[in-house]
Amino acid sequence: MSVYEPWDAGRGAEIIAEHSHLEGATLVILHALQEAFGYVPEPAIPMVAEALNLSRAEVHGVFTFYHDFRHKPAGKHVLKLCRAEACQAAGGDALAARAEAKLGVSIGHTTPDERVTLEPIYCLGLCATAPSAMLDGRLVGRLDEARIDALIAEAQR
Amino acid sequence: MKMRIFVPRDAAAISVGADEVVAALEQAAAKRDVPIQIIRNGSRGLMWLEPMIEVATVKGRVAYGPVTPEDVPSLFDAMISTNGSHPLRLGLTEEIPWLKRQTRLTFARCGIIDPRSVDDYRAHDGYKGLERALTLTSDAILADVTASGLRGRGGAGFPTGIKWKTVAQTNADRKYIVCNADEGDSGTFADRMIMEGDPFVVIEGMTIAGVTVGATKGYIYIRSEYPHAVEAMNAAIAAAERAGYLGQRICGSKHSFDLEVRVGAGAYVCGEETSLLESLEGRRGLVRAKPPLPAHKGLFGKPSVINNVLSFAAIPFILAGGAKAYADFGMGRSRGTMPIQLAGNINYGGLFEIAFGITLGELVDEIGGGTFTGRPVRAVQVGGPLGAYFPRALFDTPFDYEAFAARDGLIGHGGIVVFDDTVDMAKQARFAMEFCAIESCGKCTPCRIGSTRGVETIDKIRAGERVEQNLAVVEDLCNTMKFGSLCALGGFTPYPVMSALKHFKEDFSPAPKSLQAAE
Repeated sequence: MSVYEPWDAGRGAEIIAEHSHLEGATLVILHALQEAFGYVPEPAIPMVAEALNLSRAEVHGVFTFYHDFRHKPAGKHVLKLCRAEACQAAGGDALAARAEAKLGVSIGHTTPDERVTLEPIYCLGLCATAPSAMLDGRLVGRLDEARIDALIAEAQR
Repeated sequence: MKMRIFVPRDAAAISVGADEVVAALEQAAAKRDVPIQIIRNGSRGLMWLEPMIEVATVKGRVAYGPVTPEDVPSLFDAMISTNGSHPLRLGLTEEIPWLKRQTRLTFARCGIIDPRSVDDYRAHDGYKGLERALTLTSDAILADVTASGLRGRGGAGFPTGIKWKTVAQTNADRKYIVCNADEGDSGTFADRMIMEGDPFVVIEGMTIAGVTVGATKGYIYIRSEYPHAVEAMNAAIAAAERAGYLGQRICGSKHSFDLEVRVGAGAYVCGEETSLLESLEGRRGLVRAKPPLPAHKGLFGKPSVINNVLSFAAIPFILAGGAKAYADFGMGRSRGTMPIQLAGNINYGGLFEIAFGITLGELVDEIGGGTFTGRPVRAVQVGGPLGAYFPRALFDTPFDYEAFAARDGLIGHGGIVVFDDTVDMAKQARFAMEFCAIESCGKCTPCRIGSTRGVETIDKIRAGERVEQNLAVVEDLCNTMKFGSLCALGGFTPYPVMSALKHFKEDFSPAPKSLQAAE
């Protein structure tokens, strides 16, 4: 679990200023904002645009193009299940269905208590120790029913 | 003297408990009062044996695996005893047949050295390529790269020497070297492994490219799904800077070269080179129309060399005097070695580097040892989500760019994903279309709309709705996508779809055979 700061415009401006000198800084700044706040707060978009001399539409366009950037905070824990072919071949589909059933949400959603966000990921590069998952940045390979159950229990705590 | 123990820092090893094994080793050593030094190396690539730990002995490194923290106390006792016998003992690492059978040129050091140490890299022939390159003219370096026959390892297979020559001959005030480390293909992990296990070889290859074409700045674009690789590359760049291998006047020469890691944001299409350039420039990852080629107008409109991680990683060996040796391996127009990745439902999965020419059957059955479920292999997908599904009937295909193309497939980035006989190929075809629809950058219509229509049409087929007519629609959509898309995403999605249709047509009916056969 990661601990994030609440949105603060001054802190946001600081983060933007830290990176705005870089060539093609937009993604770097969006990553840095998300790392600090857990998502990219809407008021940050015009601030990024201003700092990089871009239009708000351009920055909004970048923000919405990439799967990684969040519009709102995720649940307390984020469980990402690899859904790509190598994990499918190794029984990943059944494990994903099991995770959905146990958590009571479909992939791409957060549990109503905001404890767990269940997300797909297309390949963690652990294709020879498949199926694999990532819980809050921690990698877990060779998943089976027992291991996925343990991960879910850990995320629900 | 301290006992030296190697435990991989590779993400795959960590995913199956390498960090916990390290903690257990430290505890066991403290309890027995035995001084140890733990070196976090890369993975040797024998993934079914991970975490595989090694102990340095007078006879060479001895491997044990797969190790769990619970195994460590008894293992530790075996390691400090004279005979060292233990059920997990694999013998001398270099003598393990799966490793011995390989020809490791690009992965020569991976799993052997400490990926954080420039000294260790140099002690294992590192930086010999750059040191020689600094004594050569640009033309002489280009001659070596061309003579090696190296072709782009990202999948397209374009001759690296020609690409570099084009950039070298283009005049500009600024040029860039860009490393494509957006390894998004399922079933591939060679880029990740080399970045985590031997990051300096990538840095050295990029530096040689910079010296050759006259570029002073390089970017490594790594996907965000690879946090361990990002950390490893950043640490290695800092170490190379401290040692004078990056920065101003590298190794006391007149050349300067700086490197920076940039992290992607979860868009598969950014592995396409022009989309990657857009993303590096801070924009939506929309594919650019070619021409202009990136070699003429690439990053920020400047001439740019953009190569895959494995292409750059092959360069140091070639420049260290190995151009001819490299070219002597392989078959036809596919020269040198390919780091092949065996993945999915397979007994012996991992990284297997070998000369081009080995057959698909040898790779899957002999080296991979078939499926871990014990069921027959029904299909293998070669080359990632855009690669074709091959049935057993095509297992005599040699691993070679042209041989795969001749059978309507591609070797791509060298990933092989094995499926057993429970696979539903209509579902896999649907997934290929769905993946394309999710990941399409949206710029061209065949890819953006074609993939969505593809999903809908395959759904109709699976529901038994006007099957023959809808199969014709899928084929038609595939042709439009193949010939009308701007890049390989829309252009190659037809490979998995059409190969599934061609070789596994029995699955494209309301009650697939494989489901009826399932117990």
